[in-house]
Amino acid sequence: MRREIPLLITGIVGVGFVIQYFIPHAPFSYMSDWFSDWFSIIGACAIVLGALNLMKISIQKVISRKKDWGYAAVIIASFLLIVIIGMVEGKDFRVPGTNFDWLYRYMYIPLSATMFAILAFFVASASYRAFRARNFEATLLLIAAFFVMMGRVPVGDIITGFMPEGWRLSNLASWVMNYPQAAGQRAIMIGIGLGIVSTSLRVILGIERSHIGGGE
Amino acid sequence: MSTRAKEILVIIMIVVFSLVFYFRKIAGGKEIIFSNLVAWVLIALLVLSLGLILILTIKGSLIGRRVVFIYVGIVLALPLFMPFTQKITISPEVRSLYEAVEKLPPGSKVLVSFDYDPPSAPELQPMGESFIRLCFQRDFKVIIMGLWPQGPQQANIAIDKILEDPEMQARNLRYGEDYVNLGYQAGNEFVIQRMGSSFKSMFPSDYRGIPYDSMPLVRNIRNFSNIDFSFNLSAGFPGSVEWVQIAVDRYGVELGLGNTAVQAPQMYTYLNSGQVVGLLGGMNGGAEFELLCDYKGKATKFMLSQSFSHMVIIAFIIIGNVAYFLGGRKSALKDK
Repeated sequence: MRREIPLLITGIVGVGFVIQYFIPHAPFSYMSDWFSDWFSIIGACAIVLGALNLMKISIQKVISRKKDWGYAAVIIASFLLIVIIGMVEGKDFRVPGTNFDWLYRYMYIPLSATMFAILAFFVASASYRAFRARNFEATLLLIAAFFVMMGRVPVGDIITGFMPEGWRLSNLASWVMNYPQAAGQRAIMIGIGLGIVSTSLRVILGIERSHIGGGE
Repeated sequence: MSTRAKEILVIIMIVVFSLVFYFRKIAGGKEIIFSNLVAWVLIALLVLSLGLILILTIKGSLIGRRVVFIYVGIVLALPLFMPFTQKITISPEVRSLYEAVEKLPPGSKVLVSFDYDPPSAPELQPMGESFIRLCFQRDFKVIIMGLWPQGPQQANIAIDKILEDPEMQARNLRYGEDYVNLGYQAGNEFVIQRMGSSFKSMFPSDYRGIPYDSMPLVRNIRNFSNIDFSFNLSAGFPGSVEWVQIAVDRYGVELGLGNTAVQAPQMYTYLNSGQVVGLLGGMNGGAEFELLCDYKGKATKFMLSQSFSHMVIIAFIIIGNVAYFLGGRKSALKDK
């Protein structure tokens, strides 16, 4: 029964979801609302669960002095600081001018922006070291990358300003994005869509059971 | 000097440089802009040094990744002080978004979803600012929400920036009547789905706890059928894909998108099929939109840095390929 009941719930909810999508009228529309409300409730609980899990793992790391436990200590301190300040400030904690907002604007934003900005350096370094015209396909990729990188910035059109309208780098970049790139994206998206449909059917029909764990 | 010592030296230099500029700014110092001559000399030095690196590479002396890092840092920072302006070409996808917004009559209700967090803000925040600014200029009513927890706070930052402008202050915009920030709601794409039948069920109050029914702007908004236009700023999941698949395909919402450069390629499929009316892709899309709105924001300002950085990356790709072919098609750079 420990396996059958979750499988039954999954099957009923899955079929219900499919029906409510294709028949958006009562009583199925009520079912859609009901499912959506429940998903939001579960989603909100998952955030709390995720935060508590992060704390549990970080505390365990500090207590057992595992490798890089200092980072875990910083996580705990930062978490407690932001939670305490948020709770002390009550429901208006996100209003501009509060301490929580100050921490967000002047600590969280610069720190996270810095982390993301490092990507520019790594992308440049990786391109220098690994972006090679090894074969025909890689050469095509290089040419497309050149058109898009130069065509997506104003300097591309400055360099090719002497060319007739329609043949400048911005036009070539637009062509790459709208035709070969969009065609490739469509193929990937259709493939993903078919994969989702087949996996969903397997889950709804109880053929795929890995999501309920156990594993006998 | 050891590599470690060099790294520490560079960090100290950057910190000192940043502190000097920070204290200069809070002391009310004027913006530093190089003269044309200085700017051209710097560009010439940059080009010459890249040429030198190419010659060294041909001779078999390869540079390490730290040199690439320094060049990227320099070409991102220096253009901020240069006096040049670039002619920005408007792409069809940006123009179509602008035209779709221009067609809306005054008083139209526009839903803006901020689905991103600070790491993506350099690309998406200028789009949010210029879009909401345009909405206020056209007397639209703006309803803000977020599927990412940090989204509504990014919206607050955008609103604060917009309201600093005397032109906007003169409009005497009122919270609850001209714009509303409904805040964040957990549930990803199911939030959009539920909004199709009831906004209030997902946002019983705004981000400050003001009840939905007590705000005149949203009091009579039941679902998407009461919204004239939607604009989604997205950096991933949940975001543009979910807005297209649920809000557009299921509820017939007219949608425009603002995406990071990484995410934008995927959206061209929706653009070409007519599921979205327009697309701002990356900082370039933001700069093009700013040009159409006749507003010089951060996207326009940073485009010069982006132009320089793209050129330098292409130069390093060429240098890397020269090393690859001269070195018997072996990637000797991998160890660098």
